[in-house]
Amino acid sequence: MTPYDLSPLWLSLRVAVISTLFVFLASLALARLMNRRDFFGKSFVEALILLPLVLPPTVIGFGLIVLFGVNGPLGILLEQWFGFRVVFTWIGAAIASFVVSLPLMYQSVLAAFEKVDPRWENVARTMGVSEWRIFRTITFPLAWSGILAGLILAFARGIGEFGATLMIAGYIPGVTETVPLAIYFAYEAGDMEKALFWVLIISSLGVAAIAWVNYWRKKNAIRIGRE
Amino acid sequence: MLKVDVQKQLDHFNLDMEFELGQEILALVGSSGSGKTTLLNCLAGIVHPDAGEISLNGRNFYREGQKPLKIQKRKVGYLFQDYALFPHLTAEQNILYALSRVADTSPITELTKILGITGLLAKYPHQISGGEKQRVALTRAMAVQPDILLLDEPFSALDDANRDRCQDELLRIHRQWQIPIIFVTHRIADAEKLADRIIRIEKGQMTEQTVF
Repeated sequence: MTPYDLSPLWLSLRVAVISTLFVFLASLALARLMNRRDFFGKSFVEALILLPLVLPPTVIGFGLIVLFGVNGPLGILLEQWFGFRVVFTWIGAAIASFVVSLPLMYQSVLAAFEKVDPRWENVARTMGVSEWRIFRTITFPLAWSGILAGLILAFARGIGEFGATLMIAGYIPGVTETVPLAIYFAYEAGDMEKALFWVLIISSLGVAAIAWVNYWRKKNAIRIGRE
Repeated sequence: MLKVDVQKQLDHFNLDMEFELGQEILALVGSSGSGKTTLLNCLAGIVHPDAGEISLNGRNFYREGQKPLKIQKRKVGYLFQDYALFPHLTAEQNILYALSRVADTSPITELTKILGITGLLAKYPHQISGGEKQRVALTRAMAVQPDILLLDEPFSALDDANRDRCQDELLRIHRQWQIPIIFVTHRIADAEKLADRIIRIEKGQMTEQTVF
């Protein structure tokens, strides 16, 4: 047993799993759209998706508060329709994780889709197969290694999110205290041992994720894409 | 009856072809980059002409100013030049890809026997040779029982024995199905053996037509 309450770890995992699930769905849809269609304002939409990569976390946090705050347009809608609040809840933390990990996942999925040779999809079309079935049986399986690598990166980024999370979800022990927040506030309180404990946990998760992605990429570089 | 009248601007020239084809075998010959594959792609619906008309047995594939018929609805069997076998599926899964689970596979089993690929069915594309891939891809193009067969260099990777085997089988299939077959080739001998008609294309233009 550890000397510390493990609730920050469970909360971080919950936040990261849920945000990664939504990131997965959103980035598949967005990457597919961007890969296939040309439309007015496409580069603007793409810039918007990638923006969190270059913005300071405080700006993202500020933006989320403006949108999801008690007086924000989305905040009011969510409270009226579904009766839940985003600020100072773990849902706020999940939304912050979603926003910062979406661009990572989106880039991985887009690159994976672009690597799928259009001839495979075309030959399937000539065989009379529907677009949805082609996506399910050709495009998705052939893009899977890139998609999975993106998922791991998105999950790791989501679990490590700090700045925007602090702004929208605040630091409420047991409610919105994720591992990165626990580290910061343990350090602030001078509890270096507790901070180190969480640093080691989150670092080993990160190292494991990167090692696994590298291994997976190497393994699949050999198999996929050859005829 | 296949009616083709297409114009399409390509990088260095204008593809401009007009011909009609009954239930015959047509060989397209011409140097590389002369527009043969683009023509097949126009027929399959992978690219669209800039102007003109394509129809098969009265069904409009393409007509200027109208929405082109979807690829899926054209019932085209297409063998791509580099086979385009699905790399993550076995030869058998490639061949049966578009068939429903309850479909009668006995004609395909027969075809795989004749083309000598029965032993390869469990293998993945990267485990078999170029000539074997070509025969698998040919079987896959025929498996959907298309209304027209488009074959881009279907015999290029085959040795003499297998080439004869595939060509005889193509002739048999043609006699049985009575559909138009268009194949691209560099070998005049193949064209003369199989085709009822040979069209030579240079820089997108039909320069010569031979009818046997």
